[in-house]
Amino acid sequence: MRTELWYTDEHTRDVRFSMKVVEQIASKKSAVQQIDIFDTSAYGRVLVLDGGLMITEKDEFIYHEMITHVPMAVHPRVKNVLVIGGGDGGTVRELTKYRTIESIDLVEVDKHVVLLAKKYLPFTSSKLKDKRVKVWFEEGLRYVRGKKAEYDLIIVDSSDPYGPAEGFFTREFYGTCFKALRDDGILINQHESPFYAAHQKSVRDAHRHIVMEFPVSTVYQCHIPSYPSGHWLFGFASKKYHPIGNLDEARWNKLRINTRYYNTALHRGAFALPNYVLDILKEEESGC
Amino acid sequence: MARTVPSRAEDARTARQRATPLADALDAQRINRLAHFDVPAHKSGRGNPELTEYLGERAMAMDVNSMKPLDNLGHPVSVIRDAQRLAAEAFGADDAFFMVNGTTSAVQAMIMATCTAGDEIILPRNVHRSAINALVVCGAIPVYVNPGTDKRLGIPLGMRVEDVAKAIAEHPSAKAVLVNNPTYYGICSNLVEIVKLAHAAGMRVLADEAHGTHFYFHEELPVSAMAAGCDMTAASIHKTGGSLTQSSVLLTRRPVNPDYVRQVITLTQSTSASYLLLSSLDIARKNLFFRGREMYQKTMDFADYAREEINELGGYYAFGPEIIDGDAVFAFDRTKLSVHTRDIGLAGIEVYDHLRDDYGIQIEFGDVGNLLAILSAGDRMMDVERLISALEEIKRLREKSPIGLFDHEYIDPVIALPPQEAFYAKKRRVPMRASTGLVAGEFVMSYPPGIPIVAPGERITPDVLEHILFAKEKGCFMTGTEDMNLEYINVLA
Ligand SMILES: Cc1ncc(COP(=O)(O)O)c(C=O)c1O
Repeated sequence: MRTELWYTDEHTRDVRFSMKVVEQIASKKSAVQQIDIFDTSAYGRVLVLDGGLMITEKDEFIYHEMITHVPMAVHPRVKNVLVIGGGDGGTVRELTKYRTIESIDLVEVDKHVVLLAKKYLPFTSSKLKDKRVKVWFEEGLRYVRGKKAEYDLIIVDSSDPYGPAEGFFTREFYGTCFKALRDDGILINQHESPFYAAHQKSVRDAHRHIVMEFPVSTVYQCHIPSYPSGHWLFGFASKKYHPIGNLDEARWNKLRINTRYYNTALHRGAFALPNYVLDILKEEESGC
Repeated sequence: MARTVPSRAEDARTARQRATPLADALDAQRINRLAHFDVPAHKSGRGNPELTEYLGERAMAMDVNSMKPLDNLGHPVSVIRDAQRLAAEAFGADDAFFMVNGTTSAVQAMIMATCTAGDEIILPRNVHRSAINALVVCGAIPVYVNPGTDKRLGIPLGMRVEDVAKAIAEHPSAKAVLVNNPTYYGICSNLVEIVKLAHAAGMRVLADEAHGTHFYFHEELPVSAMAAGCDMTAASIHKTGGSLTQSSVLLTRRPVNPDYVRQVITLTQSTSASYLLLSSLDIARKNLFFRGREMYQKTMDFADYAREEINELGGYYAFGPEIIDGDAVFAFDRTKLSVHTRDIGLAGIEVYDHLRDDYGIQIEFGDVGNLLAILSAGDRMMDVERLISALEEIKRLREKSPIGLFDHEYIDPVIALPPQEAFYAKKRRVPMRASTGLVAGEFVMSYPPGIPIVAPGERITPDVLEHILFAKEKGCFMTGTEDMNLEYINVLA
């Protein structure tokens, strides 16, 4: 029998998701975490942090398009953007498709994620060299703390909340982001999956904390095959704009931005949520 | 750090300190699977499956009673004796005693080994209740030295050398001087000078190092009691040294007679000391010896960083070594993160409550004007960032005018009776609000810090009452009285 190498992502303690590995490309223990990059036969090149799957070459477009284009189709004048986490560069890549954006600050606590992404993940990191992009190697919470009404859009592109990203699911973090946003600013955050109990807790905590800080707060969904349960949520929180009421389809479609997942019809649909998710949100809101 | 070539004696010491005789004996005991027909009846957990599931098999298997191979805390002749010797060596003491009833029991043992009924003991009034409890038990008479208050911060400081000298001159037959090293807020008195004065007058010096275990393991921290020449000290390894809660150590130096100290300890100590606690002391001591410096460097770095960032926020004042004045604040423990909150119009206890209830952050305590966060090498930068950001958020969302916030001064106790006499006197119950002018028959304090606002035998002045009512209104956890709701207080009949 031939020896096979498999990478397994533990979705929960009782559920695992494995992919066959063609080759290990990189392995690095940084001060923050263990970083691994594999080539896999089914998902192409994949980035793994502390054993957990972050992105795959095959389906990262879904995540990065949905975290970026939804707010960009709502807010009419995004000039200054802050991306927290997201050292692979995928979110930045989508943002650079907008010529009207003047600055993109990327704050990543782990320098080595960016260095390795630049070397081995060109499909996401290609636009990190765009002139508008500034990369800060800092703790996200600390970076945002000093900012007051400086951004139109903040995207929290974090890993799971059980490690370096724990702080991004806390109330103080959302409150600090609120302060860093302008009066019509939008906050988008990676919101985990509602399906398994372990992740549902994060969905609940994040939603409860955001509702306490922002007047408009809801979630939207998409389907990401390699993530636990495949069913993934993003948080949409804003000081002014409503994700559907202020969606300007004509304006966005005129930009002719090339996307493989996102379109404005799907935008509307993404906010139509399953009943069990609505129940979760309602339960958390009633506690506030 | 520049290291000199270790001498042979140092090499031998390092080799010795690698051992953990007590923990090893316990582990051997766990592995050798004796058939147990002794207590505890859970017998390695098999007799209590629910608790075993809860705590884990290993912890249950370690929970055994004293037996020959494991020595006996009340009369140590083998592994406990050896482990205590290693602890004494690591802390620079002549003798060390493992304690299983907290630093409370260490404080009491050192007072009771020094004073008997009617003896005077010189101490600052901002001692922990365990010290005054000892006076209730043994009948010694307190001679309080005013520790002074920092006007801006409203916190009690250390004893000034001049005040100690005066107390010694006025009470030449006092048996001992007790010193906090440091206070909860990290403030130290001039211990070396106090030791000189006291020893010249034939008095012992006892230190309460409940918050000072780390002083022994980093040269930039304030001087430790043993290095300063104190006779005895109660060091809470469990607070900042990494052992399990409730374990502690009493350290002594000759000419203190260790055998007499052991007798005094056994007056009140359990004959079934927990081996979980004891082994945690053994392993914590080794860890402190080899990693202590690195751990406390990290702690100081965290605290220095947090102080700088919190002071940047404005409104808050995270005080540090700049408050050192060479006397009442002779030295400052940089690992402590104390923050003055009064200027944002919130009591420390209110910020403490918001941190926990709104932000899921638990800190050590909040009192009238300050809060205290304990940092350690076990912290993560991310959590330190959370604390700083949460403080900023609380300020942004809740800042008020500080007017009307209680501005508290050191309240010089008016002593009507010694603690023991007052505690056992005939008493009556009166409403707290109607207690002005009466003599307290019991303690009132917020816990933490556990420093009595009023102690048995002290008169309840209007200032004292105002302090109690304010602390209660702001939500401090008030303890000490028979009445669990603190509506009533027992006063002398
Ligand atoms: C100054 C001081 N001494 C003694 C003690 C008693 O320590 P333990 O709680 O370990 O009995 C404390 C505890 O809070 C303290 O703060």
